[in-house]
Amino acid sequence: MPDLALTKKDFTSDQEVRWCPGCGDYSILSTMQSYLPELGVPRENIVFISGIGCSSRFPYYLNTFGMHSIHGRAPTIASGLAISRPDLTVFVITGDGDSLSIGGNHLIHALRRNVNLKILLFNNRIYGLTKGQYSPTSEKGKITKSTPMGSLDQPFNPISLAIGAEASFVARTVDSDRKHLTQTLRAASAHKGSALIEIYQNCPIFNDGAFDIVKDSDTKEAALLQMVHGQAIKSSTHGLIHAGASLKVVELGSVDESQLVIHDAHNPDPAYAFALSRVSASELDHVPVGIFRDVERDEYGSMVNQQIADVIAKQGAGDLASLLSTGDTWVVD
Amino acid sequence: MTKPVLPLKEVVIRFAGDSGDGMQLTGDRFTMDTASLGNDLSTLPNYPAEIRAPQGTLPGVSSFQLHFADHLIQTPGDAPDVLVAMNPAAMKANIKDLPRGATIIVDADEFTTRNLTKVGYATNPLEDGSLESYDVHAVPLTTLTVAALSGLPLSRKDAERSKNMFALGLLSWLYHRPTEATENFLKAKFSKKPDILEANLIAYRTGWNFGETTEGFAVSYEIAPAKMAPGLYRNITGNIALAHGLIAASQLSGLKLFLGSYPITPASDILHELSKHKKFGVITFQAEDEIAAVGSALGASYGGALGITSTSGPGVALKAEMIGLAVMLELPLIVIDVQRGGPSTGLPTKTEQADLLQAMFGRNGESPVAVIAPSTPSDCFTIALEAVRISTTYRVPVFILSDGYIANGSEPWKIPDIADLPDLHVEFAKTQEGFLPYLRDPQTLARPWAIPGTKGIEHRIGGVEKADKTGEISYDPANHDLMVRARAAKVAGIQVPNLEVDDPSDDAEVLLLGWGSTYGPIASAVNALRENGNKVAQAHLKYINPFPKNLGEVLRKYPKVIVPEMNLGQLAMLLRAEFLKDVIGYNVVRGLPFTTSEIVEATLEVLNA
Ligand SMILES: Cc1ncc(C[n+]2csc(CCOP(=O)(O)OP(=O)(O)O)c2C)c(N)n1
Ligand code: SF4
Ligand SMILES: [Mg+2]
Repeated sequence: MPDLALTKKDFTSDQEVRWCPGCGDYSILSTMQSYLPELGVPRENIVFISGIGCSSRFPYYLNTFGMHSIHGRAPTIASGLAISRPDLTVFVITGDGDSLSIGGNHLIHALRRNVNLKILLFNNRIYGLTKGQYSPTSEKGKITKSTPMGSLDQPFNPISLAIGAEASFVARTVDSDRKHLTQTLRAASAHKGSALIEIYQNCPIFNDGAFDIVKDSDTKEAALLQMVHGQAIKSSTHGLIHAGASLKVVELGSVDESQLVIHDAHNPDPAYAFALSRVSASELDHVPVGIFRDVERDEYGSMVNQQIADVIAKQGAGDLASLLSTGDTWVVD
Repeated sequence: MTKPVLPLKEVVIRFAGDSGDGMQLTGDRFTMDTASLGNDLSTLPNYPAEIRAPQGTLPGVSSFQLHFADHLIQTPGDAPDVLVAMNPAAMKANIKDLPRGATIIVDADEFTTRNLTKVGYATNPLEDGSLESYDVHAVPLTTLTVAALSGLPLSRKDAERSKNMFALGLLSWLYHRPTEATENFLKAKFSKKPDILEANLIAYRTGWNFGETTEGFAVSYEIAPAKMAPGLYRNITGNIALAHGLIAASQLSGLKLFLGSYPITPASDILHELSKHKKFGVITFQAEDEIAAVGSALGASYGGALGITSTSGPGVALKAEMIGLAVMLELPLIVIDVQRGGPSTGLPTKTEQADLLQAMFGRNGESPVAVIAPSTPSDCFTIALEAVRISTTYRVPVFILSDGYIANGSEPWKIPDIADLPDLHVEFAKTQEGFLPYLRDPQTLARPWAIPGTKGIEHRIGGVEKADKTGEISYDPANHDLMVRARAAKVAGIQVPNLEVDDPSDDAEVLLLGWGSTYGPIASAVNALRENGNKVAQAHLKYINPFPKNLGEVLRKYPKVIVPEMNLGQLAMLLRAEFLKDVIGYNVVRGLPFTTSEIVEATLEVLNA
């Protein structure tokens, strides 16, 4: 890793941060600013592209290149950039509404193509910027401004969705856990291709406490099922065992330790990661965190550029004069 | 005994058949052989909207019209002199366009009771006298083709497939077209299928010999070469000319070409063509939808590539918000709209010019973009270069408004010398202290094109209103007013050439002012009007936003200005709004290009009013 002698300060822009006090976005930003120096990439080669939402303000606060684009479309812009500029490190910053509602189509296609994008999905299970409507990740029955009698929609599980969309890297972490978030960013950066990181993010204004169970010191140890490659998946009180085609949460001690699922993030079969993603659907009592899936697959931009390089190696670079005179030509004297 | 040969000045032929009959290929080949003979020409394919409509039905008819002459011509011709109809459906679908006395060549084998009933003929038109005023040649094309191929190891079905080559051979004899290029074409196309190649060659030659020997065709015709400027020529369609123009622009600017596109008729051929040319470093990205297509192009442009998106009207509707972002980001972007009949799905395979106001205004907020329009198929090449010049110089989205007519139509194109093409070189912002992303160039009012990877100029941009110079978020009322006006002034200040007026008498009463693909029919109507002693002037707008600086003056000079458009008066509305000139609209929206004669008539009506 080149020593660029950069510090957190170098990645902090001069813009005043404008999230509500206590917003989970602050800790994600701070962790990112601290993490970037270790990435070893010069500032000018890092680009953050976001959509619209509270979370999408993120790029303004980082002293790198950045674009705050339009609602839901960040993956499209980022794809065009990453494919045409393989020398850049491109992050996508998006919210649950941004990526799963208006931008759902772009998210799944970026994932299936495996474009080299690190996508950070700030999931607060609410529309923050528009002041508190339910989102595609809000639990059914959610009372919000637009659902005074409770929401009727079945929510998305972003991890299940990403795995279904052929994602090669899928992880989940929590805004306030700097260490875990940093580890996850590190793994995502090491991954070739697209990486989706779902970050549970508290919105104290419109959905306060949504993730308390996985954040409060008294409950989190028991609620968080830690996924570490090669180790048994468990929390302080519970573990995972195989139950037919799916997985089941059991109390530690109720089964033999040897029956616990040993995590294999590189399992080529997505059914395994999918089963893991179903362990917590809407209720958060037991939530797997860590890397669900990290498999190798050709990165889209490299393939695009390889095709070009191969043609040029075989046929030589294009010649404009001969292109213009392709096909049947004739001379008028 | 050799047959007499008559000279002709011009001919319009329409090849029509079932979608599976290979009429487009037949038309293309006849066109190429005609081009190499030195005739001027113009073509118009007409595809059915359905891909595989049931065989022998009216919706399944596909046709290709070719106009060629010993002088310069501007249109594929109002009405065919010759109709080649491969079945009753093709006859039924096209007969209404034929003037009395026209020649009809049909495949008599296809005129069976079953096929006739399918398209609603109660009696056989070849026998019931209804075609008396035409010169009908009922040739058993299928039988003759199959008989000629009897020695080959082919199924009857495969043998029948070559009947379009029989027809091509016959027509080639009738109009003295050279055969070598088509033979070479077939050899290349079927190099891996020797039996099929043999079948096509035999059918082609048999068709030719049939013309030479049969009594049914008493004379053949010759059309002398037209006088064209010396040079190397090729025949080109608008879509191919656009694609090649964009590659040329990429080479001339040194910018990597990135096309983000989503398939849609009649624009897909631009995507197809550019996808072939990877050795020019071209990246084509078939996105998940039109929004992603334009988004990826904008992302590529942000990174310093030539970001382009190609689509038709419905796609433009989807792209609107992203184009607005490009306006705000002040980045180069090229949006190609190959217009088709609308609204909604409309007439996908037909032509129209009804997206002009969508291109001008179809976004939220004050959102100015440049709008330019090619006037002929080959002009698409030049327009592509212009789009790149404008968008990279002024860092602004540029709309290219082509349409189905010139996208698929073709004409001879004098291939330019590379040395004569413009320099499109651009400068990116360099490493510097105190970089200001929204500091404008005093001349062009463009902001710097500051691409990622450039040390020391890291900055953030976005769709939220920008503060003047710094580009930081600003909700300041005065700043917003300033920026809205700055973006408008930048587009208004784009340098475009003055409008040229063709007015040999210099005192015409009436000016015909068109834009885009109507150039050919208007020019040909103007010729016809002048030949009959009428004084008319013609001018054609390729630059619609901004308009040429002298447009107001031109409009004031002529007491009457007719604006023919394939819409309900969109350019006319812009002209009235900007110049308070009460132009006279001539508007037709049948999904077909104007005919020369209808513009002549409309003009005479104004002249005689
Ligand atoms: C085209 C469009 N539609 C609607 C909006 C309004 N809008 C802005 S952000 C947002 C939802 C934001 O929710 P989320 O993506 O979860 O981000 P959060 O604010 O919660 O971080 C909506 C509906 C918009 N900006 N653009
Ligand atoms: S509304 Fe919620 S998500 Fe948005 S800034 Fe405030 S606390 Fe954060
Ligand atoms: Mg949200």
